[in-house]
Amino acid sequence: MKSLAELQAIKDRMKSKVALREGYGEIRVVVGMATCGIAAGARPVLNTLVEEVNNAGLYEKVSVSQTGCIGFCQLEPIVEVIEAGKEKVTYVKMTPEKAKEVVEKHLKGGKVVTEYTVAGAN
Amino acid sequence: MKEISLNILDIAENSVKAKATLVEITVTETAYTLTLTVKDDGTGMTKDVLLSVTNPFYTTRTTRKVGMGIPLLQFAAEQTGGNIKIESKHFSEYPDEHGTTVTALFYKNHIDFTPLGDVISSVTTLIQGHPETDFLYKHSFSDKTVMLDTREIRAVLEGVPLDTFEVLIWIRDNLREQYDENQ
Repeated sequence: MKSLAELQAIKDRMKSKVALREGYGEIRVVVGMATCGIAAGARPVLNTLVEEVNNAGLYEKVSVSQTGCIGFCQLEPIVEVIEAGKEKVTYVKMTPEKAKEVVEKHLKGGKVVTEYTVAGAN
Repeated sequence: MKEISLNILDIAENSVKAKATLVEITVTETAYTLTLTVKDDGTGMTKDVLLSVTNPFYTTRTTRKVGMGIPLLQFAAEQTGGNIKIESKHFSEYPDEHGTTVTALFYKNHIDFTPLGDVISSVTTLIQGHPETDFLYKHSFSDKTVMLDTREIRAVLEGVPLDTFEVLIWIRDNLREQYDENQ
């Protein structure tokens, strides 16, 4: 059973780690989670991003957060990647599989997956 | 919405936007019915707003309190022969006990009943997106109860944020194990 003792152990590990969190969130990944996004399948996309960012060891550099309606409801699920000094990248009609690819190629490798962006979709 | 758990995620977002500190999500099942309640201690709605929230053409573009969320929940409930009920106390009138409670009744045997779906995923998504808000999740079915209270988790964590990946995984696995035990 996932006991409170186990949670306590996570806390102890994290407390020592928190101080090292410098440069946290250099890259912001934002997922549209309004009614339109949720209905289009944003929940598994968000969960895949959270999981894959962590699995790739990017949790200190990349923060994954949720936002409301981005304004292109017909293109949901939408994921935005915001990085200081760079132009915002908007990925549209996302799926968990595409999200995995974006983590691998873009967030880890630094290369925008053009075919999934709003420009590439047109 | 394909699953009731997606409606839950969507409706609970309204509570967070209404500045709730605690959102209580309760799912109670009997042999024939499923009742969903989302109760918050947020700002609440005035009577005028309350009267218009089920109207999909009512828009609060400036405040974004509601949109298609409530009408979709209403549709999902009514297509099974059920209904929804919304009670709200606005803080201007009830400074000490404000908040909103949305209750939806579904008939499970109706052909148009949408399943509850991946409710664990909805709970973890809410906590990931709103680590400062407290959530109480309670699902009762055939004499069994699955429960999660982030206030208890927060007390153990002593300042470690709830959206820490390991914590989210613990929450997910804790809920999974509770459901497995109750199978």
